[in-house]
Amino acid sequence: MERIPILRMGKVLLVTIQVDMHDQLAVTLQDDLTSKIVETGARGVLIDISSLEVVDSFIGRILGNIANMSRVLDAQTVVVGMQPAVAITLVELGMSLPGIRTALNVEKGMALLQASMEADEAELEVPDASLED
Amino acid sequence: MTTRIHEILKKYSSELLTEWLAAIVTSGVRRDALMKEAELREQCSEFLRLLIQATESGNLTDITTSGYAGVREMLDRLSRSRSLQGFSPSETAIFIFSLKQPLFDRLRRELAEQPQSVVDEMWSATSLLDKLGLYTTEVHQRTREEVIVRQQQEMMELSTPVVQLWDRIVCLPLIGTLDSGRTQTVMETLLQRIVETGAEIAIIDITGVPTVDTLTAQHLIKTVTATRLMGAECVISGIRPQIAQTIVHLGVDLAGVVTKSSVAGAFNWALKRLSQSVTSSGARNAVGKV
Repeated sequence: MERIPILRMGKVLLVTIQVDMHDQLAVTLQDDLTSKIVETGARGVLIDISSLEVVDSFIGRILGNIANMSRVLDAQTVVVGMQPAVAITLVELGMSLPGIRTALNVEKGMALLQASMEADEAELEVPDASLED
Repeated sequence: MTTRIHEILKKYSSELLTEWLAAIVTSGVRRDALMKEAELREQCSEFLRLLIQATESGNLTDITTSGYAGVREMLDRLSRSRSLQGFSPSETAIFIFSLKQPLFDRLRRELAEQPQSVVDEMWSATSLLDKLGLYTTEVHQRTREEVIVRQQQEMMELSTPVVQLWDRIVCLPLIGTLDSGRTQTVMETLLQRIVETGAEIAIIDITGVPTVDTLTAQHLIKTVTATRLMGAECVISGIRPQIAQTIVHLGVDLAGVVTKSSVAGAFNWALKRLSQSVTSSGARNAVGKV
């Protein structure tokens, strides 16, 4: 059965979608990704959709679901590389995907994830530091 | 079968040419600023030559036949160039119509003994020249329309200049009325430029937009959302007081959209967002206020 590979890079899971998404594939990805987040304890998920030419409302909703599910599992999701045509289509479909964070490319998406993970850790460290004082 | 008109054209071509030129001058159509006399003479003699060829077959009624191909091609060229030079359609048509007088004079003199055939010949000559004259008008108009269509396309392309203001900041100054066709182009161009330049912030400046209706406002919001989906941020600047009132009265929700009063304000916001600042070289510590 066809699957989309999920790569692990430190605390980040990397998903690069390079085939045309059909509905079953999207559902499989959602299942795989959630179990992988729990399995690896990942803090971030980066989904690269730069090769996707077409996104329908179902795929859009799955992307939104993935973002919400990973937030529940304590991981942040960033969708990167959305093509202008795809963005226009989604907006025309009335899907603004409010829960999803986005970035222009993988590099910027990584930087965004890194920054927010550092911010999280800093937040955790602050009470410790105040105790030491 | 040859007609009398053809014979006269052939026999008196040089006299007709001279008289025709004189008629054009008296009709006041010759415009020395736009066209040299030699050029006009050249055009007249070419037209006469082609007309003689065309009328040789005896066909004086149907100018769409292959016999008139040369005449039509020449009139096409002439009409096009005149249209671009700024002649009016009637000026172009009068170029043909003014041939009537010299031609009729000749007909009258040649056929003085047969008054009945004078009328017939004149009728066929006048209808032929009318058709040719109208043909020039048609081509003239078509050329104008082509120019208008081309200009429309060029304006469409020119009307969406996406300029790079800074590293990772692009700006799209919009001027004029936004219709749905234009807003679509605006959205596509902006998103495409964001991909090309890797810009993280896009400023849409609508200082030059006189009015905003619900549809335009909706399109702007769509553009902002699409920009966000691609991973960049969008800020709208230069909303006029009247537009702000309209937007609120129409109940358009701009809550999720960052707005600034001027491009300068939006640029400042963008710099802060990217944690960049402009310092004046004189005072190193002073942060440049935009």
